[in-house]
Amino acid sequence: MVKLLERLGHTVEFPAGQTCCGQMHYNTGYQLEAMPLVQRFVDQFREAEAVVVPSSSCVAMMKDHYPKMAASFKDEKLMAEVDALLPRVFEFSEFLTRRLGLEDVGAYYPHRVTYHASCHGLRNLELGDGPLRLLKAVRGIDLVPLEGLEQCCGFGGTFAIKNAEVSSAMLSEKTTAVLNTGAEACTACDNSCLMHIQGALHRQRTGVKTVHLAEILAGDEGAQR
Amino acid sequence: MSGVALDPKTSPTFPMAAKTALGDTQMRKNVRHATDVIQAKRARVVAEMPDWQQLREAGKQIRQHTMEHLDFYLEQFEENCTRAGGVVHWARDAQEARRIVTGLVKASGSEEVIKIKSMTTEEIHLNDVLETAGIHAYETDLAELIIQLGEDQPSHIVVPALHKNRQQIREIFQRKMNLPGLGETPQDLADAARVFLREKFLRVKTGVSGANFLIAETGGVCIVESEGNGRMCLTLPETLITIAGIDKVVPRFQDLEVLLQLLPRSATGERMNPYNSIWTGVKQGDGPQTFHVVLMDNARTEILADKEGRQTLNCIRCGACQNACPVYRQTGGQAYGSVYAGPIGAILTPQLQELHHAQSLPFASSLCGACYEVCPVKINIPEVLIHLRAKVVNQNTAGIAGLFDFEAAAMTAMAMIFKSERRFRAAQRLGRMAEIPLVRKDRQGVGWIRWLPGMLGGWTQARDLQEMPKETFRDWWEKRGKNGN
Amino acid sequence: MTAATSSNPARAEILRRIRLAKGGTSDTAVSEAAWNLVAREYRRTAVLEPEAVLELLEDRLRDYDAHVVRVGRGDVADAVARMLTARGKHRIVVPTGIASEWLPAGFEFVVDQGMAAAELDKFDGVLTGSTVAIAETGTVVLQNVPGQGRRAVTLVPDYHLCVVNMVNVVETVSHAMDRLRGTAELPTTFFSGPSATADIEMTRIKGVHGPRHLDVILVL
Repeated sequence: MVKLLERLGHTVEFPAGQTCCGQMHYNTGYQLEAMPLVQRFVDQFREAEAVVVPSSSCVAMMKDHYPKMAASFKDEKLMAEVDALLPRVFEFSEFLTRRLGLEDVGAYYPHRVTYHASCHGLRNLELGDGPLRLLKAVRGIDLVPLEGLEQCCGFGGTFAIKNAEVSSAMLSEKTTAVLNTGAEACTACDNSCLMHIQGALHRQRTGVKTVHLAEILAGDEGAQR
Repeated sequence: MSGVALDPKTSPTFPMAAKTALGDTQMRKNVRHATDVIQAKRARVVAEMPDWQQLREAGKQIRQHTMEHLDFYLEQFEENCTRAGGVVHWARDAQEARRIVTGLVKASGSEEVIKIKSMTTEEIHLNDVLETAGIHAYETDLAELIIQLGEDQPSHIVVPALHKNRQQIREIFQRKMNLPGLGETPQDLADAARVFLREKFLRVKTGVSGANFLIAETGGVCIVESEGNGRMCLTLPETLITIAGIDKVVPRFQDLEVLLQLLPRSATGERMNPYNSIWTGVKQGDGPQTFHVVLMDNARTEILADKEGRQTLNCIRCGACQNACPVYRQTGGQAYGSVYAGPIGAILTPQLQELHHAQSLPFASSLCGACYEVCPVKINIPEVLIHLRAKVVNQNTAGIAGLFDFEAAAMTAMAMIFKSERRFRAAQRLGRMAEIPLVRKDRQGVGWIRWLPGMLGGWTQARDLQEMPKETFRDWWEKRGKNGN
Repeated sequence: MTAATSSNPARAEILRRIRLAKGGTSDTAVSEAAWNLVAREYRRTAVLEPEAVLELLEDRLRDYDAHVVRVGRGDVADAVARMLTARGKHRIVVPTGIASEWLPAGFEFVVDQGMAAAELDKFDGVLTGSTVAIAETGTVVLQNVPGQGRRAVTLVPDYHLCVVNMVNVVETVSHAMDRLRGTAELPTTFFSGPSATADIEMTRIKGVHGPRHLDVILVL
């Protein structure tokens, strides 16, 4: 992601104090434990012109829940800072298509790829066909449609552990669809989905791998895999 | 599947029930097929509506408004229904509702009742109680008939027998209707049901129904159905007893214009379902001359009191969330251990149980949001799920027992790590060390974990986990900083 | 007979719980004001021309495998005769108040005087008028008024032939509810095709209970 953004002429900074958006805790019922992370996020990124996040579920967590969480503290200052910062927070593909208005980012990735629409990006952030438009503009790519691309892969955070059986069943449908495309790799905007899908693709020795959208878009002649 | 009703008080936890359900190949095939079909139909008829989103918003506001003034509308309904010749009863809980209904059936002088499918009557296990009181209740919805004769449990709000295929249904009808030569096509089966039930419709004097909507402004009741058995039960008996949750009330007749557009398209993917019946009290010469309505609370007021859970009551029982749910798609409805299954079941059942039971249900979701997308009254189910998860965790971590909750301890530890950059880096280093014994390198030199201990073993049951990167982003970034760009 | 509303403890308890849950008591003025604030941005005005509305209705009805014809006011009886012949029906029950000029010779028409369901079951079909029809959904609505009758009459016989006046055809469900509001307390039935079920393997089967065929005569 850094490579691509710099190729496009932007200056990238990485506040080292960043840790986690708190989604895992918040979504598992441990809301109190997630609360301090709101202030932490604001402290880390307050000065940023734009915050780019290679994970749609993290951005959804922030946009859907941070205002509420700040309000529950009854902390007017924090609420104001959250409101001021959130419009500057972007999921990675969203930053390219909506903030920068780009589709062709000069990428080269000569492989057969299929795209899975992560739930939070699809429904919470309404990314629409943004990621697909970015992929279509990649030189050399052989993009094949994934059947049921909008269906959840079954990760769901701690759901994958607490309901491992059902999670695996859902994943099985997803990997079947991926294999049916004949793709070399499955891509998405969320590493959680990719880690999940990869987990089964590798266990079954399918030879198909997963690759984050950023890796594809960062690909150029010199970095061909 | 036994004939014992699904009871959240005694059902196994969702992970356990799901594991059993996942082993039922026939059911899984049927569920996939059924949900695919209804989803496709729904998508088609929704796409025809240029104002679908505006209808959803109006539906949500109407329902929300109703809950905010529920006392007023219930009293208005009672007044208008009574004026039109109906008798209105109030039941605080399931037990009181069962007692009232049983008493009313006995008073009608009939030892049999014909029933229209009503989730409310299943919620309170009415049939069992009637049976004990010597009253046989005939289910007249085709699917409910299949379930009843097959001594089974419903698995979907709108298509309760979707887990059964035609051979299974034929076998049940052959046995219970005494039709050894019964054909196998769906038409044969439907014809057999028609004959079997018609005899009951023309004979049985007392009917029991639920209600889709109670109209406060007029005191009327609205029933939405497809087969015509509803009309039979509402029109032919001498006595009709309608039981409805207090959340069924709708302010005005005009509000039906929204709900009657949202419900059929969402539930069965039709522009309009075959029959809607609206009647008010008693009409001389037309339909039952004795009419009772039982308004039931049964913890709905508890849900009303919970600001974040209250939107659960907006539900109009369309079942669209079930059809869209990728979890339900794998497990079917019975795994949810309650008559309300799928996404709505995951939030409604625990709340109706006041969180004394069904605590595993709020976790039976990957929070994908497909349900919210299709809900005609815009219930933000993922939000309510998260809210209920917090309530369950607070319950589990309270008191002495809470001190021994392993998950809570792990979560607290992780929270400590996330609060500090130093601890975060330390955790990364520690993770890399701890995983060493679990990692096996592949030919490319990439390490994979095939087994994880304890709770985490759930992951490695069916999935590998790649080792942590040798160089984390943080490491790469810092190194780069030293060497320049 | 009314349940003792003022001394009913269950009623009092439930209302108490509701008021506690939402905070306060709602009365007419408050509820009315709030109801008026509900956003209704869905379609409430007609978009299609009258002819297009009629065509849409015919289209939707044919989707349900209904026979549909359009006739002038004096030709209803002829149309009835043709429809009944096409379906092989002869002995027809009619509600009180049915227009006698709709009834052709050569068939047996019996006026319903409150006969038992078992008697109704012996007819080949029923002929009625209607209150309103909804084009968008292919729905015909009947109420308990002269010419349309009590509900059992259109429920028990296996065939329903329905006369729809073209001035009573509206475009959407909203328009229909407007038309019905004045008589909202009457027993009302919406018919959208013959009864159906998809409970067996999601295969749509027509005619489980209720009439298996529904035909419509549209009159100028």
